[in-house]
Amino acid sequence: MTETTGKQNLVFIGQPIDRLDGPFKVSGRATYAYEHQHGEPLHGMLMGAGVGKGRIRRLDTSAAEAMPGVHLVMTYRNAPAQASFGEELTVKPGTQRPRPVLFSPDIRYYDEPVALVVADSLETARAAIQQIEIEYSTAQGIFSLEDAREAVYAPATANAGLATESLIGDAEAAFASAPMRFDATYTNAFEHHAPMEPHAALAVWNGSQLTIFTSTQTLWQIQEGVANTLRMPKENVRIVSPFIGGGFGSKLIAHAETISAALAARALNRPVKVAFTRQQMFANAGHRPMFEQRFRLGADRSGKLVSFSHDSLGTTSRFEEFAEQSASAYRSMYAAPDRATRHRLAPLDTNRGEWMRAPGEAPAMLAGECAIDEFAEQLGMDPIEFRILNEPERDPERNVPFSTRKLVDCMREGAERFGWRARQAKPASVVEGRKLIGIGMSAAIRANYIGPGSCRVRIDRQGELTVELDMTDIGTGTYTILAQVAADSMGIPLRRVGISLGDTLFPRTAGSGGSWGATSTASALHDACRLLKEQIVRVARETLNSPFFGANGEGFEFSGDRVIVGDRTAALTDLLELVAPEGMTAVGTVERGQNLRDYSQHTYGAHFAEVEVDADTGEVRLRRMLGVFAAGRIFNPKTARSQMIGGMIWGIGAALMEEGGLDPRYGNFVYGDLASYHVPVHADIGEIDAVFLDEHDDKANVFGAKGIGELGVCGAGASIVNAVYNATGIRIRSFPITVDKVLAVLPEI
Amino acid sequence: MRGFTYERAADVASACASVAQNSSARFIGGGTNLIDLMRAGVERPSHIVDISRLGLAEIAETPEGGLKIGAAALNSDVAADRRVRERYPLLSQALLAGASGQIRNKASVGGNLLQRTRCPYFYDTRMPCNKRSPGAGCAAFDGLNRMSAVLGASRSCIATHPSDMAVAMSALDAEVEIAGDGGKTRTLPIGDLHRLPGETPDIETNLRHGEMITAVVLPPPPAGRQIYRKVRDRASFAFALVSVAITLDATGGRIGAARIALGGVAPKPWRVARAEEIVSGQSAERMSFDAAADAVLEGAQGYGHNDFKIELARRTLLRTFETASQA
Repeated sequence: MTETTGKQNLVFIGQPIDRLDGPFKVSGRATYAYEHQHGEPLHGMLMGAGVGKGRIRRLDTSAAEAMPGVHLVMTYRNAPAQASFGEELTVKPGTQRPRPVLFSPDIRYYDEPVALVVADSLETARAAIQQIEIEYSTAQGIFSLEDAREAVYAPATANAGLATESLIGDAEAAFASAPMRFDATYTNAFEHHAPMEPHAALAVWNGSQLTIFTSTQTLWQIQEGVANTLRMPKENVRIVSPFIGGGFGSKLIAHAETISAALAARALNRPVKVAFTRQQMFANAGHRPMFEQRFRLGADRSGKLVSFSHDSLGTTSRFEEFAEQSASAYRSMYAAPDRATRHRLAPLDTNRGEWMRAPGEAPAMLAGECAIDEFAEQLGMDPIEFRILNEPERDPERNVPFSTRKLVDCMREGAERFGWRARQAKPASVVEGRKLIGIGMSAAIRANYIGPGSCRVRIDRQGELTVELDMTDIGTGTYTILAQVAADSMGIPLRRVGISLGDTLFPRTAGSGGSWGATSTASALHDACRLLKEQIVRVARETLNSPFFGANGEGFEFSGDRVIVGDRTAALTDLLELVAPEGMTAVGTVERGQNLRDYSQHTYGAHFAEVEVDADTGEVRLRRMLGVFAAGRIFNPKTARSQMIGGMIWGIGAALMEEGGLDPRYGNFVYGDLASYHVPVHADIGEIDAVFLDEHDDKANVFGAKGIGELGVCGAGASIVNAVYNATGIRIRSFPITVDKVLAVLPEI
Repeated sequence: MRGFTYERAADVASACASVAQNSSARFIGGGTNLIDLMRAGVERPSHIVDISRLGLAEIAETPEGGLKIGAAALNSDVAADRRVRERYPLLSQALLAGASGQIRNKASVGGNLLQRTRCPYFYDTRMPCNKRSPGAGCAAFDGLNRMSAVLGASRSCIATHPSDMAVAMSALDAEVEIAGDGGKTRTLPIGDLHRLPGETPDIETNLRHGEMITAVVLPPPPAGRQIYRKVRDRASFAFALVSVAITLDATGGRIGAARIALGGVAPKPWRVARAEEIVSGQSAERMSFDAAADAVLEGAQGYGHNDFKIELARRTLLRTFETASQA
């Protein structure tokens, strides 16, 4: 029995449907983690360490404890026993290590929680923290790349299990003998995620059952992290997270606010909520490591690359490794017979870096796409033509075919739309008043993955479809696109679909991360609908008074709210009255497929930017930007466009302003609020657009769709840096390129 | 945030009396800075006196032909006032270059003048800061001091004053009206309101505890053009790296009078009388402007990360001069 699919099945997929959660968000009815009420929750607040490395020498919490309204001051002295943080090697891949809090007087990083105060109100908790007396013995910490050089090492693998090194042929020798060579090193600053909604959790115990309302991208990882830390069965931990105010990779694992809320709620037998302050977000919720990346490119005289080397040194934490896979970004990008990519890590006494939107590609391509631009210029070539010349026919390292690869189309389409031909190849050629004008471009690649998971659907006799899965909508549009997928899969109107996300009571998914959320969960949902339809048809064939009783033919189809089997047809709701008066349920799944091994599967894009640089002050302002992307079928062009633009804007931030400043003396992230850590504001953006090329990747999944969440940021910043070069004739290889750096080399006009 | 008592003052005299008798009392206007500082534990007042509803929000003509701006007038109202826009465009430009629309809708003129530095080491109570804890040391001096002062600083403190509005008011020769305990009032030229840090960076103004700014009086507008130019890390909602307020009367190619104030570079709006004297009477050309810039920046000193501010200030100043001199 098989489904016969026709084009008419795509009624909602591909349409720019307004996001279904929008009205809830703009009217305040979308309840975020800290807003959940359960009984009368107490308010917990964390106090952070004032040294970057050391040990608590004296601690007096008596004044805080004596304050009216204070219920608990938890420190390493009285915190309940938790599983130990453990050695790195004891953590099995794909599992969550314990993340105990307040377990030791030793300080591992600046602002690490040293106390939790729980009080009747947030204000009381905050006031009580100010009453805690604490002194430290300070140890010598390592807080800069320079100071960590002696300790640089090669990790066993990079993030996501990617190889630490890839060595094909002899890149060094090929470079040495290449007639044209380029060798440059770029530095990227620390970046912070800075989601609108800080990390927050409300913990509620009911006997041995713990429920945590929190803000997370991936529920099972929080569930497992909490269970492992509190040494309880994960079945006893329920995570609820229906709305998330941004995550960007900082909300994948359990952090101190969640663990401490759970501990305090159990100790006090009362619901407790804890949130990071905005300032606490900077040290306690992950960051993007800083990088020093060297690109060595060799080419023949025609411009064909003969050697491609990418050596990436990133920072990590001394107590927990995070090897952002920056050196993996170019493994499938440009053709070159001899190649080498290597990850190295410099351990610091900071908290660990965590996954930040496009881990790997984002920092790598900010630098690498500048290197390509620089080398193209050195070769006297247009940067688009240079890239096209070095376009590989098969994956240059894995030697497998590409599933689809429309990078060249993206560049050509973008060039046409943006007016690339008008670009003056000679830099500093266009001056308007006291502004130097330039345009630049860059290319983008991002790996495509499927995350395994499942999904439950239930249809009632009225044809109302309920979809349940523990997936999250982190502002990306998941509610909306899954409704579109469900409606089309069942051939019913959108309004009869209800999507329930963000609860571990629902079937497990891989959550939002790695750009895999939409395609993975849509695939599981599609599978669930397929099983549901098969079940409906099977029962209908077997039900005596059903219109399909004894129907011939294998095929069936659900569309337009009707069911067609062979040459017979019936209204879906009529059929359901008959065959499923109590409703019907099915659970679908998605697995990683063989295609990820047999094909090189990525999404691609090209960015174009026009900037103006103030000839007096060096201020760089974006005038316009365009991204052209090829990412398979697009479920919803409206939410997808928002995703791409959001990513591109992050690229603007990385290129021009986002800079986490680590004080090499104290180990604190000095720019620790949104006034000093700058992300782009509306006025920084100018004109911006993102377009998708038509594409269908039949190796990806049943929809031919690929993940897009991280593609927008990949390479985006480099188009701006290259535009700055085109405007001014100066190359700055230290990001972000702020006024001070521009001013130092700005030519006089 | 420590527990505190709140009082909505009935009139200026009682507000001043109330604060004067309690050394840890603070006035609150819009609260856009004070409340942040209280959350961070930098300010820990025991008593808050709300002076936002004392009828001090008016903007009125003065008999001399100037404007008197009540201390409680909102930043956004002042920026939008037709008289301000027509006669003191410098002030309107400066206000609109500061903060965000939401903050300007809440922040008062008096509070803007008395806002405290945004030095990140001042905000983190675990860091040494002489301004917050006299004698503790200055973490910024050898630290990440990209935003710090290059003029008027001392070994004990290199923090800047963050206001844009104050820089414009300084160039406009504003006077600050002050009420004190017992109903006494006095007036200070705006240049005398803020103090340089010296050995006592914790003492930021020449106001006595319990004194309150009630108004800012602008004299009749100076002749010539007024320009506020702010250089910052992003296009909006960022503090100045450098800002320049200029009024320049240069009809016929000769400079009649000029006033120059810099922001983002010093613990107070930076105005150098000698620089203005140097350009006065000179022809409106690069050489004159260079001489003025030299005078304004005399003694400027960077502390590492902020070295660029000296050159940036010079370039911004010269360009603003040239723009102002082109009729």
